[in-house]
Amino acid sequence: MTLFTEITILVLAAFVGFEVISKVPTTLHTPLMSQTNAIHGIVMLGGLIVVGYANDPLEYVIGTIAIAFGTINIVGGFLVTDRMLGMFSKKPKPKPSSSSSGDGTDKG
Amino acid sequence: MAGVLSQIPYSVLKPGGDAATALYIVAFSLFIIGIKRGTHPTTAKQGNMVAAVGMVVAVITTLLLDGIGNWGLIALGLGIGTAIGVIASIRVQMTEMPQMVALYNGVGGGAVALIAWSEIRHGISLGGTIPLETLIPTLFAAVVGSISFWGSNIAFAKLQDLIPTRPMAVPGQQVINGLLLIGILAACVDIAVNNGDPSQGLFIAILIAAALLGNFVVLPIGGADMPVVISLLNAFTGLSAAAAGFALDNVALIVAGTLVGSSGTILTMEMATAMNRSVANVLFAGFGGAPSGGGGGSTEERPHVSIGAQDAAIKLAYADTVVIVPGYGLAVAQAQHAIKEVADQLEKRGVTVSYAIHPVAGRMPGHMNVLLAEADVPYEQLREMEDINPEMPRTDVAVVVGANDVTNPAAKNDPDSPIAGMPIIEVDQAQQVIVIKRSLSPGFAGIDNDLFYEPNTSMLFDDAKKAAADIAAEIENL
Repeated sequence: MTLFTEITILVLAAFVGFEVISKVPTTLHTPLMSQTNAIHGIVMLGGLIVVGYANDPLEYVIGTIAIAFGTINIVGGFLVTDRMLGMFSKKPKPKPSSSSSGDGTDKG
Repeated sequence: MAGVLSQIPYSVLKPGGDAATALYIVAFSLFIIGIKRGTHPTTAKQGNMVAAVGMVVAVITTLLLDGIGNWGLIALGLGIGTAIGVIASIRVQMTEMPQMVALYNGVGGGAVALIAWSEIRHGISLGGTIPLETLIPTLFAAVVGSISFWGSNIAFAKLQDLIPTRPMAVPGQQVINGLLLIGILAACVDIAVNNGDPSQGLFIAILIAAALLGNFVVLPIGGADMPVVISLLNAFTGLSAAAAGFALDNVALIVAGTLVGSSGTILTMEMATAMNRSVANVLFAGFGGAPSGGGGGSTEERPHVSIGAQDAAIKLAYADTVVIVPGYGLAVAQAQHAIKEVADQLEKRGVTVSYAIHPVAGRMPGHMNVLLAEADVPYEQLREMEDINPEMPRTDVAVVVGANDVTNPAAKNDPDSPIAGMPIIEVDQAQQVIVIKRSLSPGFAGIDNDLFYEPNTSMLFDDAKKAAADIAAEIENL
């Protein structure tokens, strides 16, 4: 891939990132930050590539730590995001005792 | 062992070949769809899954590339990373999410810096000239990755209270930072000019200088600004991953890293706007630095009204409208369930209860919504700041639970205050205010809160959870 093909991709991806994310409810800021944080764990692929041509002990160590770090970023990031979003999908079941939590009943 | 394992012959996909590129396109399309779905409440959880599937596709594709070897090391790294990631994510409390994100962001940046180091060593060992189109992105990745790693770790340590959240800086900090940055740039230029025989020692010096810079930039920033810093570092880590993609000629890294860089920039600006601070202000001004500079020395002598749970219960039970203003203190005390109990008791008596959520309540935008959702608070009762402020003068009682800076009227009234201009929930406009707090001590921004000394404010000094439980019991007995 030529340098300028890569720069083209970079510029277009930057605009996609700007467009795709605008107008996010405040509620979702933390989960969304966590999700994009997990996505930059993609750099783990770089760890897989460089460990492939590592050929001395120091490079083995650097490469392995890079893979471990990247994996923590990916696995932890997606799991934590899922836990956060799970809090929202949990339906607030109205308990039989308190019947006042309907939409229209408690408007001031 | 690794040497033996690397002998296993295999070659499935050519790096940069059609098949690998096609799979990468699938992967980053899933990232884009995942982020898009992450912006709507109903599709967010699914969006996260979609992005995770994209990541699995990207990882498997890379594992199948020709030239991938040292399988023992790969298995080791994946195993350790997965174990730590899974255990940490299951154990972490909802209240600790912000520092968890900081930590995950940090290891991502660390991975980028290490990959850049490995890439430089590889280039040197090959002999000959390293092309600038590889070398420059590698240097960028090294510098930004190292700053991000150390900066995120400091952010984590501040949020976890391992180090003081107060701004910490030495005199001439900005000059030192400037000199470090100039030194880093000079060293990068030196390596780029001598790309026929770059010095690895100099490269390591760059990593160390960037590490120092990461520490020095984040240490002087007060805890209240930390969400903006984490978000900014998140964007930086994305950009450094994209740079690593340039160095390694990997399109998946370029697209995914750039996506995170641009989306992270937007999130950062939105957070800064919510606090009425510019990003430059956050980075270079700190929060006033000296807490003593603001309201004068001996603030502890100022008169205030202190009440007990029973009085608070009476005030609340005979009100028509009550607004609860939760803050980080509520989260720390795990008081979300107890406060829900108070709200339930009040509603039984016909009191209208709502929750006023400041955009940065908790330690990150949206953090408080997560915590209250955990306690089954109905979504309709959560009101945003702009929405609830006009109703404050008609509110009988505002209950501030563990929130501090976001209710400080100094933000509106005192142009010299370090938080001047920050949007606040205007509880001082309510008929009466009850503040549940352990003491009069300043909040995250390290400044005194004038609200506590207003004539219509009553202080209830207790742990948020215990106070809420006591009030709920008292209301029931009325």
